[in-house]
Amino acid sequence: MRRRAILGYGAAGVGAVALMLFVGWWQVDGPGGPEPVGQRPVALTEMDFRLTDHEGNAVGPETLIGRPTMAFFGFTYCPDVCPTTLSDISGWLDDLGDEADEMNVVFITVDPERDTVETMAEYVGYFHPGIRGWTGPEEQIARVADGFHATYERLPTESGDYTMNHSASVFLFAASGRFVTMIDYHEPREFAVPKIRRALEEEMEGAT
Amino acid sequence: MKKYILTSTLAALLTLGGFSAPALAGPEDVVVENAWSRASIGMNRPGAAYMTIRNTGDEPVTLIGLTTPLAMMPEIHETKTNAEGVSSMNPAGEIAIAPGESVALEPGGLHAMLMRLQEPMTEGDTFPLTLLFDDGGEVTVEVPILGIAARGPED
Ligand SMILES: [Cu+2]
Repeated sequence: MRRRAILGYGAAGVGAVALMLFVGWWQVDGPGGPEPVGQRPVALTEMDFRLTDHEGNAVGPETLIGRPTMAFFGFTYCPDVCPTTLSDISGWLDDLGDEADEMNVVFITVDPERDTVETMAEYVGYFHPGIRGWTGPEEQIARVADGFHATYERLPTESGDYTMNHSASVFLFAASGRFVTMIDYHEPREFAVPKIRRALEEEMEGAT
Repeated sequence: MKKYILTSTLAALLTLGGFSAPALAGPEDVVVENAWSRASIGMNRPGAAYMTIRNTGDEPVTLIGLTTPLAMMPEIHETKTNAEGVSSMNPAGEIAIAPGESVALEPGGLHAMLMRLQEPMTEGDTFPLTLLFDDGGEVTVEVPILGIAARGPED
């Protein structure tokens, strides 16, 4: 009796472990995977915002349609996460080589008060030449973040300044504007580059 | 008894010799390795510096603060990214390092946040950064300033 009970627990245990493994797979690699619930951006074709790129051109979601897009949020007064992400992206673009020329890469500021067009131009100039810097009025930035289901928040610092908390993931869209996947902050390059290729290939499938 | 040594002279010599300042604190208890930082654009933005701090002694050490002539408010910060992918940055407080353990200050985690720069951080320069420990010990490292797009001490 006691033994059977133990066997019973054993079977339940195996089942529980299998379930945990499945849940783990689902969350890590499977369809439940890298995008946290509720965090998926809508398609670029469903977004509506007006910004200015670092060369002074008027841009919006339609600017991105027709080529795959890599987009992310940050601000130029960010000492740690943003230069790291921009350096990572520069490295991914170097790895992609010519393929990188086929995509839009957009760095959107969440701190338009300090990140003027000129500031964005200087800042992106230090990274891969394919990276564009977009800024604009606060209410337009809010609309972009809405479409991406991204968040940002302004916080005072002890130095009397302020800093920004913000979504640090890199978002990938197909040329059609459809959201494909995201690259989480700190994701190793061996995962990031194949994800970018997936967004690039998605376009070709859509075109056939 | 914990021992610390001032390494600025050694590091300065190494820097002059063209090494990327491994900033060894020597054979004593606290060793700082692979220190690096990124160049700044002007003086209005905070800088960040990274390194590995190793406790080679047999007693715990606790890092309580930083000083540097480069910045009025240097502070150990920690970047955290939550389940929603949102990054935030906050003072890390005191950092205890157990005997034989090390703490890595690296992008996206702990960093020496250099607030209120007194001068721009120029690629190719170095600056002294002093780590303060709870027993009054200090270790000074000479931190190389790499390019804005640097990813690590080797860049
Ligand atoms: Cu910080």
